[in-house]
Amino acid sequence: MSLLAVEGLTKHFPARGGVVRAVDGLDFAVRAGETLGLVGESGCGKTTTGRMLVRLLEPTSGRIIFEDRDITHVGRRAMRPLRQDLQIIFQDPYASLNPRHTVGRIVAMPLTVNGIRPPGGVKKRVQELLELVGLNPEHYNRYPHEFSGGQRQRVGIARALALRPKLIVADEPVSALDVSIQAQVINLLRQLQRDLGLAFVFIAHDLAVVRHFCQRVAVMYLGRIVEIGERAEIYERPRHPYTRALLSAIPDVAKLGESQGRIRLSGDVPTPMNPPSGCRFRTRCWKAQDICAKEEPPLAAGVACHFPEGSQELSPEGSQELSPEGGKLS
Amino acid sequence: MSLSPEIVEPVQATDPVPVERGVVGRSPGQLAWRRLRRDRTAVISGCTLLVLVLVALAAPLIEALYGVGPHDEFKHLLTRRGSIPLGYAGGVSADHWFGIEPGTGRDIFIRMVYGLRTSLFIALASALVTAAIGVTAGIVAGYLGGWVDAVISWITDFALALPFLIFALAVMRPVELRFYGPREEVPTWFRVAVLIAIFAAFGWTSTARLVRGQVISLREREFVEAARASGAGLGHILFRQLLPNLWAPILVSFSLAVPAYVTGEAALSFLGIGIVDPTPDFGAMIFRSIAYLQTDPAYVFFPGVTIFALVLAFNLFGDALRDALDPKSSR
Repeated sequence: MSLLAVEGLTKHFPARGGVVRAVDGLDFAVRAGETLGLVGESGCGKTTTGRMLVRLLEPTSGRIIFEDRDITHVGRRAMRPLRQDLQIIFQDPYASLNPRHTVGRIVAMPLTVNGIRPPGGVKKRVQELLELVGLNPEHYNRYPHEFSGGQRQRVGIARALALRPKLIVADEPVSALDVSIQAQVINLLRQLQRDLGLAFVFIAHDLAVVRHFCQRVAVMYLGRIVEIGERAEIYERPRHPYTRALLSAIPDVAKLGESQGRIRLSGDVPTPMNPPSGCRFRTRCWKAQDICAKEEPPLAAGVACHFPEGSQELSPEGSQELSPEGGKLS
Repeated sequence: MSLSPEIVEPVQATDPVPVERGVVGRSPGQLAWRRLRRDRTAVISGCTLLVLVLVALAAPLIEALYGVGPHDEFKHLLTRRGSIPLGYAGGVSADHWFGIEPGTGRDIFIRMVYGLRTSLFIALASALVTAAIGVTAGIVAGYLGGWVDAVISWITDFALALPFLIFALAVMRPVELRFYGPREEVPTWFRVAVLIAIFAAFGWTSTARLVRGQVISLREREFVEAARASGAGLGHILFRQLLPNLWAPILVSFSLAVPAYVTGEAALSFLGIGIVDPTPDFGAMIFRSIAYLQTDPAYVFFPGVTIFALVLAFNLFGDALRDALDPKSSR
């Protein structure tokens, strides 16, 4: 049984001259205690998806099912008990903490808002949480401006843990941090995931971080999932051309200087106000045929492509310098 | 990037704070207070304000010590013809520090002490009511947006477009007549209440606009979303999450509104529609003094200088407060 399931999740934003199809029909599921990575470049709808999961944004259509209950359009009051199971960690540790509240008050906020009085008092619980995320519990009375970025992110994590959730949506939790701090925060999240049996929807654009943290990975492009699967499958045997291009773009220090094996996509991401017909990736895909413009490939067996790769390894020989249909977009 | 597998160690949060005094952190408010105390303009204007407020509060005590009341008349110190004070500088003497009023022979010093009371009370009360209405309207409009924002913004624009003085002149007298007959004495408290209501009706708009703008920039911040994601209601978000971040602009606009109301009240009283004569008041005093400008120039001098000092001190203090609360903004 899956903890969280999403069916045909869609979010359209009204905009001048049409609608922005930020998220356009997502299907995926997260099992209890599992980490699902949601990757894709900027503007592909991954953050919008995360916000819909915790009901900060109202989905245009589709269903969100949490523990066999449809929570897509549940009102605020009925949502309250569910809020305790479903929490979010934000990207920007500077904007996500109220600068006028003490750290203690910030971490206690979910408890006070829901009128929860933990045994031993709110202060004790907050100090436990601070200790859990590796902060000094004596810093209860400090203000966010007295902490570094990594420490602030820990405060944000402690706040998300306050209600003992079952699933945490982590919206690029380490993108705003230094690389050295990123490792610490990721390790903290891993440790918490193991110790508390948390499930994560981990939104990121950094493939290396996702590989380190997630058991399953979903790759998004222009509001749709193009490929979803186990980490090993995605990273070692990517089948969708977009996934291959993304993976080949990871800088490899060992092979610095060599540019072979790198797939360079030409052109820009098309506007989500007017996505291409058929397969959305076809305008930048080197494999595109006529059928790609006519029919949208369904997400079958974890990949949405008319011409998925076989199960060969991603190797420099397998992916020559492919500069597909150079001028087609511009 | 490479991710080191080492286990997380608690990182000490002590490095950004050089002086460790216990574990209680300094709130943004405490930091602003420290900056304010280092600002010489703020200290001087603040002390001036403190003295003036203390004088206003201690008026009955000062009256007892001084030995003269605001309504005592000393007609024997005036010339028989023209009723001009005898002696120099409007009759300044050891008994009457700032001289006496021409015409009525009342003591100017004690009338100013009580006048300060009237002026400060009206100005502070108006500023408080204004701030309360403006903050509530602005915070609601800014956070909710949509049609609520449209309606509140429309009312704001409408109130800003009304000419204040003409409106005040037109409204004051009919309101008095509505409650009191043409021959009845209008009690001072009623005039004060109408004045405050008029100031509040016009003044809340600028605060509302200021707060609305701030809220619009704050509401997209993630700490607001974090509160929403935890199930916080509207009241919690508006008054627990947003309001603490608005104290700086609210305090600054409050401290700059008070002097505006001091002069506004004086202006209305000067025009004869605010506080009227038997009640001690700066505007009314200056209004009376105009008639004696040539024969007794000292009469206009003392209330004029005091009101100038009061308004200047408030404005300088407001500016200093702005600098202290928002050190990053340049002048």
